[in-house]
Amino acid sequence: MSESTPALTRAEWPLWEVFVRPRGGLDHKHCGSLHAADAAMALRLAREVYTRRQEGVSLWVVRSDQIVASDPADHDMLFDPAADKVYRHPTFFPLPDAVKHM
Amino acid sequence: MPSSTCELPLVLAPRAEYLLRIADSALIHAQRLCEWCGHGPVLEEDIALSNVALDLLGQARALLTHAGRELDRDEDQLAFLRDERGFRNLTLLERPLRRGGDFADTVLRNLLLATWLGQLWRRLQRSADAEVAAIAAKAVKESRYHEQHAGEWVVRLGDGTAESAARMQAALDRAWPDVAEMFEADAVDAAAVASGLGPSRAELRDDCMAAWRGCFAEALLKVPADTAFRSTGTRGLHSEHLGPLLAEMQVLQRGFPGGVW
Repeated sequence: MSESTPALTRAEWPLWEVFVRPRGGLDHKHCGSLHAADAAMALRLAREVYTRRQEGVSLWVVRSDQIVASDPADHDMLFDPAADKVYRHPTFFPLPDAVKHM
Repeated sequence: MPSSTCELPLVLAPRAEYLLRIADSALIHAQRLCEWCGHGPVLEEDIALSNVALDLLGQARALLTHAGRELDRDEDQLAFLRDERGFRNLTLLERPLRRGGDFADTVLRNLLLATWLGQLWRRLQRSADAEVAAIAAKAVKESRYHEQHAGEWVVRLGDGTAESAARMQAALDRAWPDVAEMFEADAVDAAAVASGLGPSRAELRDDCMAAWRGCFAEALLKVPADTAFRSTGTRGLHSEHLGPLLAEMQVLQRGFPGGVW
């Protein structure tokens, strides 16, 4: 695109995050993003772009700017303290034989 | 040595004529839509247009294969070796689309064909021909989606800016004279009704018009006045635009007769 393109045509549609449920019973999973003018278009384009190969049975789209995210700079403070607390995993408890596939 | 032509009589059995009209309409529009591949207004819509084209190509292949059995031709011979005069598509669908057209022409033509095919497939699910009924049962879902996809765009552009509205209306005015052919029934339709193969095109008119009127009203578009003009593509008499389209579509098979992947 040339430098002289008017600003108007370069204005981008907002970004949307796309979540696909692969099968009934499974959770919607984030699979990517796309640009769309509004929610209806976002949903339709998500179908076109992300479910062409039978990837899913249900779609969610969310405006990217509506997602509240943790700050990467806070990573140490938020997540490192969990690193030495293995006892939070339930693997230390003996399981009765009757309980399978826990 | 494989034949490099697919010569058929100028007039076929009504059954073959009927099936080729549908198959060729799907095929020619799919080919026109391919012009958008890599040129879509945005990446996502580029993919969407190719998805529509692939659905239509699948519908065309199924019907060409089925019709071809009685003509002793396979789908490739029918698609790639027939001459212009042998094609039975609606004239509307061979008119320039991306090259020499407007995005408004594309979304409008998608809508017109999707509604028409959708109404046709809906009825063909009850065809006396079990294979046609099975093809229709699969295709009807695809057409329903195409109609929604295209309809959203028509409303978006028609009820958009002054520029988009003017271009959407211009596209509708351009297309409208060719729409009459979609409902112009003849002896082929009468034979299809008599044999239980499928509906007459005339029968599709009210449902198609109702769907379009709803969409055009929402899009703030004015339905153009009907004209006396009748295009004749489904009878094999085409505009000057089909020849160049076929030249592009068929060049490989004509250059390398019988060539396969």
